[in-house]
Amino acid sequence: MSAMKKSELPDPFEKARMERGFGELNDQNDPVKMLLRHKDVRKTAHNYKTFQSAATPGRIVVPSEVNIRETRQIPFELDPPIHGFYRAVVEPWFKRPLQEDYTEKLTEQINSLIEETLIKDKAEIIEEFALVLQSRALTLLLNIPFEEAERWISWGVHVFRSEDTALDGDKANILYNYIDEQIEKAIQKPGEDLYSMLLASEVEGKKLTKEEVKGVMVLTFAGGRDTVINAVTNAIAYLSDHQESLDRFRKEPGIISKAVEEMIRYFSPLTQMGRVVTEDTYVCEHATKADTRVSLCWASANRDATVFENPNEIVIDRKINPHVGFGFSHHNCLGASHARQIMRVLLSALAEKVGNIEVFDYKENIEDLDDFKRKVGYDYLWAKFNRLKN
Amino acid sequence: MAKITFITSDDETIVLDGISGSVMELAVEHNVKGIDGNCGGVCSCATCHVHVAPDDLSKTGPASEIETDMLELDDNTDEFSRLCCQIEISDALDGVVLKVAK
Repeated sequence: MSAMKKSELPDPFEKARMERGFGELNDQNDPVKMLLRHKDVRKTAHNYKTFQSAATPGRIVVPSEVNIRETRQIPFELDPPIHGFYRAVVEPWFKRPLQEDYTEKLTEQINSLIEETLIKDKAEIIEEFALVLQSRALTLLLNIPFEEAERWISWGVHVFRSEDTALDGDKANILYNYIDEQIEKAIQKPGEDLYSMLLASEVEGKKLTKEEVKGVMVLTFAGGRDTVINAVTNAIAYLSDHQESLDRFRKEPGIISKAVEEMIRYFSPLTQMGRVVTEDTYVCEHATKADTRVSLCWASANRDATVFENPNEIVIDRKINPHVGFGFSHHNCLGASHARQIMRVLLSALAEKVGNIEVFDYKENIEDLDDFKRKVGYDYLWAKFNRLKN
Repeated sequence: MAKITFITSDDETIVLDGISGSVMELAVEHNVKGIDGNCGGVCSCATCHVHVAPDDLSKTGPASEIETDMLELDDNTDEFSRLCCQIEISDALDGVVLKVAK
């Protein structure tokens, strides 16, 4: 066995996944039965009647946000068929990242950030690179001025999480108050931005309420922050261990989209998502009561050896890759097109400009899930980008 | 080269000539409605679901197990369903008719 590389993310779920198929987690006295097998995760995600999302707002999130949030995230915390009506309103907007001009602007943003980083002796990749990249790119998704990114960068990495506690109500309020203000502004002066589009939209003949618009915006801000930051930071760590992959991207740019899917599988930036059980049932032959929680553990499903050959390796051009890193079925990630485009542009821009990446110092960010401790990324990662010599 | 016919959900017929790559890539390149190919063709998103015309199933072959597992949980799947990112273009495919599921 080779020595553990700094970019590796070990799979803490293997034994439990093989032996009994689930794990247990006590989250704020509302326990969660974590489903660990690929097949169970997909089936359960599909069965919205028995495993619902439209529970008390915040309850399907692990750790639970019921104590810090009242606003229902939309369309995320709804079930079919209503879910579909709202999803149809937002879906075309969230597909804009596939348009050519969007990709061009994103490429400009990422190229200039890489240039800023290349001239530094070293950079802390989370604060100075991933957070900045994510915040700037979000101005494109919202279609608002680039300068607004400065404010989000000033909030720091954790909108919901602080160093001391997993859930920080004060930090969450910064975001909620900000979104309320922006909605009022868009009402006064409608523009071409996401807020204005939502305010002008209708579901079943009724305009979206301010609270519903807020629900979409909270989801947009919260869902794409830690996840994108972890994906970007993990990709940088991986490339520092695997310079040969940068070489391959230069020679075979066609594999970049496969590399992105493989990184999403391997990194699984979102470990899990919960559901509330609506009737007494069985999961993994284990009785499960109504009004309890289960979770779909994407990170475990993505390492299931019954589906993926060499699951604990990044196979950079993996051809068949039915991962669930963006979730599965009705609720698959609304921001996936944006996230994929960020990662595709990032990998090709790095290949074009960077010869290798040196990592100096880092601290791993380990999620504590009772029985399982999972590395999701880093608390800090100091690195230097070295320019590609022609 | 293979002539590939797509029939979209609003009954538009699009005939394309394909040389290599996957059927999904050809469809996305020509903006065939209902085929998004979000995941770039690695069988993880099911946004390239087509129904192969019954007589043409011998040309495409049946879905693989991983495809079937994916399709099993998609809407209106039947025995003619394929994810077209998993259909490679070759001369053998010439004349195939595919009905776009979405």
